[in-house]
Amino acid sequence: MASITAEAQEARIKRSMRNDKIATGVLAAIVGVVMLIVVAMVVYILAQGAGQLIQPGFLTEASRSNGTEGGIAFQLFDSFYLLVLTLIISLPISLGGAVFLVEYAPEGPITKIASTAIETLSSLPSIVVGMFGFLMFSVNFGWGYSLISGAIALTMFNIPILTRVIQQALEDVPSSQRDACLAMGLTRWETTIHVLIPAAMPAIVTGVVLSAGRVFGEAAALLFTSGMSSPARLNFFTLNFASPTCAWNIFRPGESLAVHIYKIYGEGSPEAQHIVWGTAAVLMICVLLFNVLSRIAGKALARRMTAE
Amino acid sequence: MTNETDQFLSSIDDTKKRAGVAISDEVMLETHDVNVYYGDHHALHDTSLKFHTDEITALIGPSGCGKSTFLRSLNLMNREIKGCRVTGEIIYRDHNINTNTENLFELRRSIGMVFQQPNPFHKSIRENITFAPKRHGLKDKKKLDQLVEESLRGAALWDEVKDKLDQSAFALSGGQQQRLCIARTLAMHPDVILFDEPCSALDPISTLAIEDLMNSLAKGRSIIIVTHNMEQASRVSNRTAFFYMGEMVEYGETDQIFQRPKDKRLNDYLTGMFS
Repeated sequence: MASITAEAQEARIKRSMRNDKIATGVLAAIVGVVMLIVVAMVVYILAQGAGQLIQPGFLTEASRSNGTEGGIAFQLFDSFYLLVLTLIISLPISLGGAVFLVEYAPEGPITKIASTAIETLSSLPSIVVGMFGFLMFSVNFGWGYSLISGAIALTMFNIPILTRVIQQALEDVPSSQRDACLAMGLTRWETTIHVLIPAAMPAIVTGVVLSAGRVFGEAAALLFTSGMSSPARLNFFTLNFASPTCAWNIFRPGESLAVHIYKIYGEGSPEAQHIVWGTAAVLMICVLLFNVLSRIAGKALARRMTAE
Repeated sequence: MTNETDQFLSSIDDTKKRAGVAISDEVMLETHDVNVYYGDHHALHDTSLKFHTDEITALIGPSGCGKSTFLRSLNLMNREIKGCRVTGEIIYRDHNINTNTENLFELRRSIGMVFQQPNPFHKSIRENITFAPKRHGLKDKKKLDQLVEESLRGAALWDEVKDKLDQSAFALSGGQQQRLCIARTLAMHPDVILFDEPCSALDPISTLAIEDLMNSLAKGRSIIIVTHNMEQASRVSNRTAFFYMGEMVEYGETDQIFQRPKDKRLNDYLTGMFS
């Protein structure tokens, strides 16, 4: 084995160092391309939409002529309102589901089936969820195109995401916290409510806000459920919740920003391109804000909890 | 005057304790033929022990010998582990608590526990102490404040934290956190406190602080401590039980256990043949 000369040894080292450099280079290039795509998209959409964004009234006026003129005020409002409705419905259900799965569920077939069902729900195509929502709520329940139908459709694919996130957050709370509570004679319920959920709160908040970003940009599930139009007039100051123009009426149709883009673009009105880009820019900014916000909120909460 | 006498008497007590001699006949807690199974694994065999009031009992033995398993049986914490089964009798206040009808929540207030890792809650120092008593129904603010002071004093932490009771418990050092956990347990006025290697995550100074505390904690109570640290066992305890391979091998006054072990396995363990 003395045949391995010093030169051969040196060549081998050189070769592996070269390979290492090549691998590093390739990986860096891949990451670079991905970043470039993201940045290019964001910049392009912002640049295209900027002209419309700075138009006075774009964010504050109602749309006219079937969306080809005016602003997107009501679409913006409807997007947020849908989001709030969705969270109001999906958060308690997901929280309950996650707490059950982490803290109470006995190991066994039923728990496994429940977990699988939740995973499956998250991979259902949203257009299918939309179809189901349409048939179930809009037709069978007779709710027609309504915000509540849309919110429930969104709930259906928000639940699996939220449940996963909360489950993970609860599992990440050190078991020593659980032990401490139980060892002081507290019940599992008290332990969950007063210690585990507060300890998991930063992760839960981050997850909720991130999921909100996804819900906010959803279109397919809403096409058939909340409909493709916001009322021409919305009254925010009426207490007549049954009125079709009452902004808070959950049984009125409503159109999210994403659906608005789909509708105008789909109708092929070339003169309304600028509105499409403007709406896309607003939508994107909102989603980016959700992402940033989720991080800030999570970190701030975590800091407040670990040391004041 | 009486105070000085008290101090004098308690210093005699301390001396006696350090010598590792029994000082009490009154039994607080005892077990008869306790067996613990994790699924099919028989983790602890027929353990019968007596724990005395005013005394500290150390449970020693190599890793995996069953000492922590035994400790967690005493406040029925093993019931929280899936697949874990405990048989035999655990007698506390003249009745067997290892029954399905025993009120776990009531029991665990009387038999407190301090864990290996300091595990304060993500709450303020004050709330860490008042949390459980509040859940158990104590609402009076004045009484709660009293309880906070009394418990923190009991854990020798009051002077260090009295000005920052509303700060997060996580701002404290590891040793302080562990003493907070002790204070939190004291707030339930337990008769028995179980320590599961309470110092293994702490530095030597914090360890000494907690050892110093032990004697005063034992007054009127029974303290049971699981430890890997033999010096610690010999320093703080009155009696010691040696566990090996899921079996309680030898039990006696700490003095005797360390100076004149009867069982060969204990002797081997003490002389460092295995650890």
